[in-house]
Amino acid sequence: MILSRTYRILIVMLLALALPGASSFCAHAEDDAVTSAAIQPVSPVQTDSVSAHTGLEMPSDSAARADAAPMVAGIAPEAEPFNPKKMVMEHLADSYDWHITTFKGRHISIPLPVIVKSSTGWHVFMSNRITGGGTYKGLYIAKEGSHEGKIVEDVDGDQRRPIDISLTKTACGILVVCAIMLVLFLTAARAYKKRNEVDYCPKGLAGLLEWLIDSILDSVIKPCVGENYLKFAPYLLTAFFFIFCSNLLGLVPFFPGGANITGNIAVTLVLAVATFLAVNLFGTKEYYKEIFWPDVPVFLKAIPLMPVIEFIGIFTKPFALMMRLFANIMAGHSIILSISCIIFATAHLGAAVNGSMTAISVLFMVFMNCLELLVAFLQAYVFTMLSSVFIGLAQVKHEE
Amino acid sequence: MGLLTPSGGLLFWMTLAFAVVFLILAKFAFPIILGSVTKRKEFIDSSLDAAKVAEQKVADLQLQSEQIIADAEKEKVAILKEAATSRDRIVADASVQAQQEASRIIAEGRRQAEAEKEAILANARGEVAMLAVQMATKILRGNLSASEAQQALQENLADEIRES
Repeated sequence: MILSRTYRILIVMLLALALPGASSFCAHAEDDAVTSAAIQPVSPVQTDSVSAHTGLEMPSDSAARADAAPMVAGIAPEAEPFNPKKMVMEHLADSYDWHITTFKGRHISIPLPVIVKSSTGWHVFMSNRITGGGTYKGLYIAKEGSHEGKIVEDVDGDQRRPIDISLTKTACGILVVCAIMLVLFLTAARAYKKRNEVDYCPKGLAGLLEWLIDSILDSVIKPCVGENYLKFAPYLLTAFFFIFCSNLLGLVPFFPGGANITGNIAVTLVLAVATFLAVNLFGTKEYYKEIFWPDVPVFLKAIPLMPVIEFIGIFTKPFALMMRLFANIMAGHSIILSISCIIFATAHLGAAVNGSMTAISVLFMVFMNCLELLVAFLQAYVFTMLSSVFIGLAQVKHEE
Repeated sequence: MGLLTPSGGLLFWMTLAFAVVFLILAKFAFPIILGSVTKRKEFIDSSLDAAKVAEQKVADLQLQSEQIIADAEKEKVAILKEAATSRDRIVADASVQAQQEASRIIAEGRRQAEAEKEAILANARGEVAMLAVQMATKILRGNLSASEAQQALQENLADEIRES
């Protein structure tokens, strides 16, 4: 296909716009390398990726350096080659500080409070005391082993996890989402309260939220829960908007966003437990009768086959909710990160390969981000819908 | 496996934050929003019902007014018809009366003329009788004096009669 001149210019501009964004991932990767190796010489991968950022043409001397890259790597084994898996995994996992970028070899990150109860009692301090590899009152971040990346202490020559309720990156992300939700919904609610008129139709923020709330209420909650849907609407709406906001914020690549909130199993576990409680605490008598004494031939109940299956079903439903949300969001994040890693993984292969792979990577990233935007809504919608269905199933009335 | 193990600290924060947000929103935000949406929905529904009723009423009134107009039209036609009939009758009556009056006047005139003619004739007859008597008197007088004179008298008398 022959692209017209305008199209070519557009694509070059797009790349120029997209690449600075990608460079933050590069910085992240560099940061990881720095944290794992105390002294870090300039890695050839980074030089090349930097020159790849400046434009699609690469000067001949950097091409020469690219050719020399394997040699340099051979001479200096401490110069770690770019490790996409490590970078992706480190992004997906939680961290004690909120890394923003690395500028000229210096990490710019927001230190977050660490709250731990070690063998010496409670300790509260900022994470910058230990993220650089330091030790604070016997506490440090494990570099390897089963507690890799977590705060540990050495007790009797043993690495042990203290009780750790640090405000990690994900925890801060949760608080950001909660703050956004509180501001949004309390502002909207005030707009209604201020004009206590029956025919008041809100505009702006309240109007937007009303549209969202009403569409979720009418298309999901009302049909799935059944007649007393208003009792469960606050929980379901909170869950929906929490997941939706977290998903959207997770797609924003810079500071208040970027945290992998709903792609963290602890978060989805709490959400699933909340649904579990909503289902089972408010279940009707018929719901429990259907579980423990279902309407099946007696021999299926005498050997308690059906009750056991039904009882397991109580737990598999929220478990599926937990895994679905977690896996979807985590997969989305890993795919976007992996695609961005293509740029840096091909950096030592020369200008032509790296340039074309960069273009492909950016195209895929644009596509994936669009897809993830859809997924962000879809997963929140699916979670809310299934929660509504489970709640609705627990609201059965005896049918005669 | 690290990703699949929920960390205790995060569970704590998530539970706390989610519970707080849920409680605040469930108490201060969603009931207000949902309540006002429901209220507005009811208001709109009732307004629509009221509009429907009003529309029905308007349609009824329209029908009624059309009925009234039709009735009035009918009445108008009837009145006009009656007016035309009575006008014709009045005109006819008037012409009959005028006819009678005219013929009465004519008859009266004719009768008067007849009477006057009679009177004139009677008068003329009297005059003629008087003249005849005077003539007879004069003739008698002339006869008595002379025959020539009588002749002259006779001619005079005849002239006199002719003159009168």
